[in-house]
Amino acid sequence: MIRLEKRPQPSRAWSLATPLVAVLATMAFGGLLFAALGKPPVEAIRTIFWEPLFGEFAFYYRPQLLVKGAPLVLIAIGLSLGFRAGIWNIGAEGQYIMGAIFGAGAGLAFYPSDSFLIFPFMVIAGAFGGWIWAMIPAVLKTRFGTNEILVSLMLVYVAEQFLASVSLGLLKNPEGFGFPGSRNLQSWDAAHNAELIAGTGMHWGVVSALIAVIFAYVLLNRHMTGYHIRLTGEAPRAARFAGVNPARLVLFCLGTSGALAGLAGMFEVSGPSGQVSIDFNVGYGFTAIIVAFLGRLHPVGILLAGGLMALTYIGGDIAQSNLQLPAAAIQVFQGMLLFFLLAFDLLTNFRIAIGKPEVA
Amino acid sequence: MKLTNLLTSAAVALGLAAGAAWAQDKTKVGFVYVGPVGDGGWTYEHDQGRKAVEAEFGDQVETVYVENVAEGPDAERVMTQMALEGADLIFTTSFGYMDPTINVAKKFPNVKFEHATGYKRADNVSTYSARFYEGRAVQGTIAGHMTESNIVGYIGSYPIPEVIRGINSAYIHAKKVNPDVQFKIVWAFTWFDPAKEADAAKVLIEQGADVILQHTDSTAPQAAAQNAGNVITFGQASDMAEYAPKPRVSSIIDNWAPYYIARTKAVIDGTWESVDTWDGIGAGMVGIGEISDAVPAEVKEAALALKESIANGTYHPFTGPLNKQDGSAWLAEGEVADDGTLAGMNFYVEGIEGDIPQ
Repeated sequence: MIRLEKRPQPSRAWSLATPLVAVLATMAFGGLLFAALGKPPVEAIRTIFWEPLFGEFAFYYRPQLLVKGAPLVLIAIGLSLGFRAGIWNIGAEGQYIMGAIFGAGAGLAFYPSDSFLIFPFMVIAGAFGGWIWAMIPAVLKTRFGTNEILVSLMLVYVAEQFLASVSLGLLKNPEGFGFPGSRNLQSWDAAHNAELIAGTGMHWGVVSALIAVIFAYVLLNRHMTGYHIRLTGEAPRAARFAGVNPARLVLFCLGTSGALAGLAGMFEVSGPSGQVSIDFNVGYGFTAIIVAFLGRLHPVGILLAGGLMALTYIGGDIAQSNLQLPAAAIQVFQGMLLFFLLAFDLLTNFRIAIGKPEVA
Repeated sequence: MKLTNLLTSAAVALGLAAGAAWAQDKTKVGFVYVGPVGDGGWTYEHDQGRKAVEAEFGDQVETVYVENVAEGPDAERVMTQMALEGADLIFTTSFGYMDPTINVAKKFPNVKFEHATGYKRADNVSTYSARFYEGRAVQGTIAGHMTESNIVGYIGSYPIPEVIRGINSAYIHAKKVNPDVQFKIVWAFTWFDPAKEADAAKVLIEQGADVILQHTDSTAPQAAAQNAGNVITFGQASDMAEYAPKPRVSSIIDNWAPYYIARTKAVIDGTWESVDTWDGIGAGMVGIGEISDAVPAEVKEAALALKESIANGTYHPFTGPLNKQDGSAWLAEGEVADDGTLAGMNFYVEGIEGDIPQ
């Protein structure tokens, strides 16, 4: 008889091993899925994981990994702080959108000035946009005890309506022949978040993501606030006795994650995307939730997880084009990754025991 | 003996080399899709065009596609990837791919690009679109005749010129045959989202609409109309014949195949040039799906007569006298709208209620 037995202590070995085991299991079952679709499984897996890193055109894909991974890491780092303390910001997508609108709007207000102050101003405005949008669920929670999961999620849809509205009205390109969408910031040097070194994919968003990783690491390991965050997540009652102010923690965690999501949106709109448009957001805010958990809510883990997620996106597109795998199969593949991670996570707190339960 | 061996292997090697060279000669055509190929609408019809290219040229071409590509940096990456992998011609089939297409085209001057529904061109970027408003005129005629509540519901996707043109064209022709007709417009802000589209259809039906026109790509509004009973619809982008004869009484079908074949041929022959194509019913780019038996014979006749007059060029759907919504004059008696105004249309014609979202 096989049963699960609770471990007295969570297993540290399994905690580190589960992401790796999950990736391997995803490869195995993903391979079966691709084979069932009549595609060569090994070739497909190789295309997804190998081609972007070491394939013939890796010189192009490697920088793209940074472009795709940076917003995921930046958002996930912010989310992980709250998640550790049991504060659930599910609305990063909305904060990402508001960051882009505020950032682009702040810049476009000064079009066509070429002042070097425009870009820094846009950065501040972008962070502010995300922060203020996250403050809504934060204040409602601390004042009226509303559920931040619901409020932050619902505000995503409000943000999407704002996005449609400004794309069609306030920020619409006056030279766009009546079509929706703002001016393209890529063609306006003062506001363009260009590659810092051409061909590397390194833009300010990537730099910020790396800085955020370091800051989060220091915060969690060396700083009182970080200690409070961890304590609240692990033992809320003890945290109360230790003098943690729960309201302040909610404001801090939601505010920080909102500001980082807003920054991600701002760097995206002024760089790779270039334009505020109705379909500007592509789900980074939601994917970042997966990245945060895949990275075990640990800053370094998130960095790796963001890279892995970016890899499956880029490799997935290559597999679609080269092997004609359907897009849905790639999505199932990515879903498997989270599924296996959560499934194997069980082994951190439980172990499989074979035989009859011992009588205590 | 050794010599023959050597010769044989040389011949084999030559054969292989020739084979490889032959494979290189294949013209590679890429397609970037905004939705899934199984959407039953917009992307489905582009993919039918791709298949037509394969059927037409067989071994001479190789086609590749990537579906569900978000507009923006993802689209740019997918196009770059296709160009790197040796595509000679790339069709980018959504308006939002415009700037990415231009960006990638700059980096690959030898690759030809074809962008659907946009307005930015370059030496290696053509644009193409269809005069869907011609089909809307036929729909409007049928809708005007068929409605009993005199309320026609319209599911708009995004308030862009193409969609506004369609609303105006349908309204003008519904009004012509039924002066009491009224349009109710709901904006879904999506091209493809079955849940949102179904909600929009239900709202319109609850407001008394017994005809639903849609500029979104899924069959969800058709299903909603079927459940509601006495409501008719029109297939959008694709025939949607599975809902015939009712609620779907006719359809506008995008037929990209002739254009895709012609452009691929131009690349093979080396005669490709950057052009701006805007074809309608006459050229076969816009098809009218079979008008079902749910429509009375005389209505069907009127609709087909209108279709014929548009196809042979004797009638233009935007012919004056027409006023703008605010009552100001737009087209004088007998005057025909020019393509420039149509391409950037951002106003309703007189009689339509409500505002275009800003």
